[in-house]
Amino acid sequence: MKPTWRPGRWLIILPPLIFLFVFFLIPFAFAFKISFAEAAPRVPPFTDIISFTRDHHLQLSLTLGNYRYLLTDEVYGVAYLYSLRTAFFSTLICLLLGYPMAYAIARSPHSTQGLLLLIIMLPFWTSFLLRVYALEGIIRDNGFLNTALLHLGLISHPLRIMRTSLAVYLGIIYSYLPFMVLPLFATLEKLDPTLLEAAADLGSTPRRAFLDITLPLSLPGVIAGSMLVFIPAVGEFVIPSLLGGPNQLMIGRVLWDEFFGNHDWPVASAVAIAFLLLLVGPIAIYQYYNVRQLEA
Amino acid sequence: MERRSSAALFTVLFFGIALLYLPILVLIGYSFNASPLVNVWGGFSTAWYARLLHNRPLLEAALLSLEVAVAASSGAVVLGTLAAVALVRFARFPGRLLLTGMVNAPLVMPEIITGITQLLLFVSMVQLFSWPHRGFTTIVLSHITFCTAYVTITVQSRLAAADRTLEEAAQDLGASPARAFLEITLPIIAPAIISSWLLCFTLSLDDLVISSFVAGPGASTLPMVIYSKVKLGVSPDINALASLIVCAVGVCIIAAGWLVTRSDRRRALETQHAVAEHAAGRAPRSLTAPS
Repeated sequence: MKPTWRPGRWLIILPPLIFLFVFFLIPFAFAFKISFAEAAPRVPPFTDIISFTRDHHLQLSLTLGNYRYLLTDEVYGVAYLYSLRTAFFSTLICLLLGYPMAYAIARSPHSTQGLLLLIIMLPFWTSFLLRVYALEGIIRDNGFLNTALLHLGLISHPLRIMRTSLAVYLGIIYSYLPFMVLPLFATLEKLDPTLLEAAADLGSTPRRAFLDITLPLSLPGVIAGSMLVFIPAVGEFVIPSLLGGPNQLMIGRVLWDEFFGNHDWPVASAVAIAFLLLLVGPIAIYQYYNVRQLEA
Repeated sequence: MERRSSAALFTVLFFGIALLYLPILVLIGYSFNASPLVNVWGGFSTAWYARLLHNRPLLEAALLSLEVAVAASSGAVVLGTLAAVALVRFARFPGRLLLTGMVNAPLVMPEIITGITQLLLFVSMVQLFSWPHRGFTTIVLSHITFCTAYVTITVQSRLAAADRTLEEAAQDLGASPARAFLEITLPIIAPAIISSWLLCFTLSLDDLVISSFVAGPGASTLPMVIYSKVKLGVSPDINALASLIVCAVGVCIIAAGWLVTRSDRRRALETQHAVAEHAAGRAPRSLTAPS
């Protein structure tokens, strides 16, 4: 049965379409526009791009200075690279840790799966900010970990973890691990166990069967999970700000400082636009796999 | 070999779960420490909890955050459900691809980008229409934007799994499409709507980055107050506040999960029951196989 198109359907489609268009998509156009303006001591703190001169001519004043600034001041390049590197290795560790976790859940009895998933998801639903703060309580110089290790006599001086890259890595892995486990579980759960039995019957070792069957079939979950960790991790602000030191300069922090510290909105916009261009690839990959998974 | 690899898998699973929970448990432990020093145990005390009640800026921020969370999750639930219905039920319409993209992109978009772009929109809108003023309104609008995505994803999968034939039967019997949807399908997807409302509520309550950008100088949400305190170092009353929030959210989420499972189970039982009754009656066997 093919339903006929009713005009009433626009009442369902238009509200979310218009809302998201105005409040999600249009903002990028404004950020793009303002990235060509100049900072000015006024409200809002940037120059007009389009203005009328006194003799009623339309005047368009664009500056590429903000982008040139991004290229010449090496802070930005360093921050971009540090963010990409940190996000990449955190994603990799999340994958190495999350894959066995998801696999164990997928192989556990059906009745306990729900409980295990709830245990994994619960931290994701409790406050992100507070969890990063809680981690600080563990890894501080006088925190839980150092106190415990000193008491046990395993170390004689407290380990210095806070304000190092290690703290940022720990923060990202701790915060984003559930995002990796969930999509992996979703693909591993759908895996047909008879395929592995067939492989075993045909003489394949468990390792070989894993590499030839399980891993390729779980690839969509690997990619979805990796993107769900990698993309937000590149733009992470709270973790480098609370756990990192001055050397853990990630792009989210640079943008924040440019905006709240220097009040330079146009440069902050340019940073955001440049950052977005960097993320177009990963986001497109994520969307592609997401749409494919929904259709499957 | 098989058993050994299994044991290894479960070891990693429990290690991962311990990693996720240890910091929160330690934090709750600290919140009952009478000593303000984190590495000294000064005895059990609930003094930090009592101190929270006298912290006016904190209480005001908490109130604002709760108001924002209720408004934002309610708005997001309406928009997100509409988007889910459109995407699941209408196979082709102009703007379908655009809607899919706009629903999924906020899930992965770094908050810092969403925050700054939305602020620039609001500032430009004020110049053009003198609306919206930064504060409650702008925070709610931006929270609705990222929460809608979570609602759509949750409701979408539920709606796609829902049995369409009941609604079609209702329409064959003369119900209008709207009425058939409201009376048949809406109760089926209601658990998904309720649980996504709770999810949006907790996400909104937790948001720091986007709120910091769009809130403007006057308004401070709870995470903004917490962040500025935490930035100065560990403080015992934040430990108490954090423990309260974590426990409250945990209870909400477990309740939501339980609600969804229970209604699912009841529905499955009712269906089974109806099928059994039907089978006992006059229906041909081929029709009674549960799908």
